Amino acid sequence: MRTRESTLWTWHLIAGVLILVLLGIHMFIMHLGDFFGTVEGDALAFSSVMERSRDAAFAVMYVLLLGAALYHGLYGLRTIIFELNIPEGAERVITVLFVLAGVALFLMGAYGTIAVYGARVGV
Amino acid sequence: MIEPAGPKQGEKTDEIVKNVKFKVLRFDRDTTPSPRVDSFEVPVKKGTTVLDALHYIKENLDASLSWRFSCRMGVCGSCGMFINGFPRLACNTQVLELKADVIDLKPLPNFDTIKDLVPDLAVLFEKHRSVRPFTLRKDMAEVDKPSGEFFQSTEEMERYLQFTYCIKCGLCMAACPTVATDAKYLGPQSLTQAHRYNVDTRDEGRTERKDVALGPHGAFRCHFAGACSEACPKGVDPAFAIQLMKRDAFKGSLGLLRKRKASEVAPKLTSGKRMEGVPDAPERTV
Repeated sequence: MRTRESTLWTWHLIAGVLILVLLGIHMFIMHLGDFFGTVEGDALAFSSVMERSRDAAFAVMYVLLLGAALYHGLYGLRTIIFELNIPEGAERVITVLFVLAGVALFLMGAYGTIAVYGARVGV
Repeated sequence: MIEPAGPKQGEKTDEIVKNVKFKVLRFDRDTTPSPRVDSFEVPVKKGTTVLDALHYIKENLDASLSWRFSCRMGVCGSCGMFINGFPRLACNTQVLELKADVIDLKPLPNFDTIKDLVPDLAVLFEKHRSVRPFTLRKDMAEVDKPSGEFFQSTEEMERYLQFTYCIKCGLCMAACPTVATDAKYLGPQSLTQAHRYNVDTRDEGRTERKDVALGPHGAFRCHFAGACSEACPKGVDPAFAIQLMKRDAFKGSLGLLRKRKASEVAPKLTSGKRMEGVPDAPERTV
């Protein structure tokens, strides 16, 4: 019992759970690390940000978070627009535009993360 | 415990308890383009339903008032209307239970109106038909000319039983906030019926229903407001059916939904003795 829409929606759910976990980790490190004493120094300081950017695990995490957030957000926005009784042709155009925008934003963000990681580790 | 407003056994019911003002939205799409509100004063007794009050108005105050009704007992689903801001069956709503001196009557929202309190339910039936709400099997010859009954256990039947109580009154569709914004959304009624047949072990039509029920304006557009379940006069829980359908779709998308073969014709009893006094089954009529 699989349709194109059910697959898109399933990924929307999976992306939501992924955001909850990855954003949770991000928020914990940024804002609660000091409180629980799990992060040394000021997590928001420039040096700490650079320190994290050298870590491959963080780079992967941020690329994943970017992908999940973009997919989840754009699918949600597409859903809201679809509920406005727009014609079927417009629905198709919006889907294509959102796919293009999502891929472009993902490539841009992922390039930034990987470039910073590569520069720091000398790749 | 909630005390029902209806008359108790042996209680006198012909005493007028109070006069209630009915403010009825009047409209005729063929002759009056703009709606107006007419007020009627109706004497109400214990047990008087909104449908009774409408009959009183038609017989005594304004014969031109229109609404739809048939069974007068919450079975046919014809008299759905917007009563004091909530979709209800007029025959199932006792005036005194509303605890109001003024009662607003409007046609069901989310539907076009034909005249006064008569909604155009064509769209409901179109959507209902689109999900193919009947048993679909590969062996349709057996369905057309049955040699026996398809086997189904009580547990299997209970998976869909409550959803069969739908009377197609349209109250769930009128209550649904998603139907209000997305006219293409299938809505709680048809989705519930799609689920009802999808989980019926005698049915094999899940694949044939999926393109509509799980399409861009299918089950995934449900916001789970739960208004449909609150409005249903028969105790059906459409919001629950839609969530179950979403769960099956989720499993199906990940390839985790078990394939099911439709149940076979139950073997005929070869032994056993009929209890005394149980008559023969009547002759088959179909």
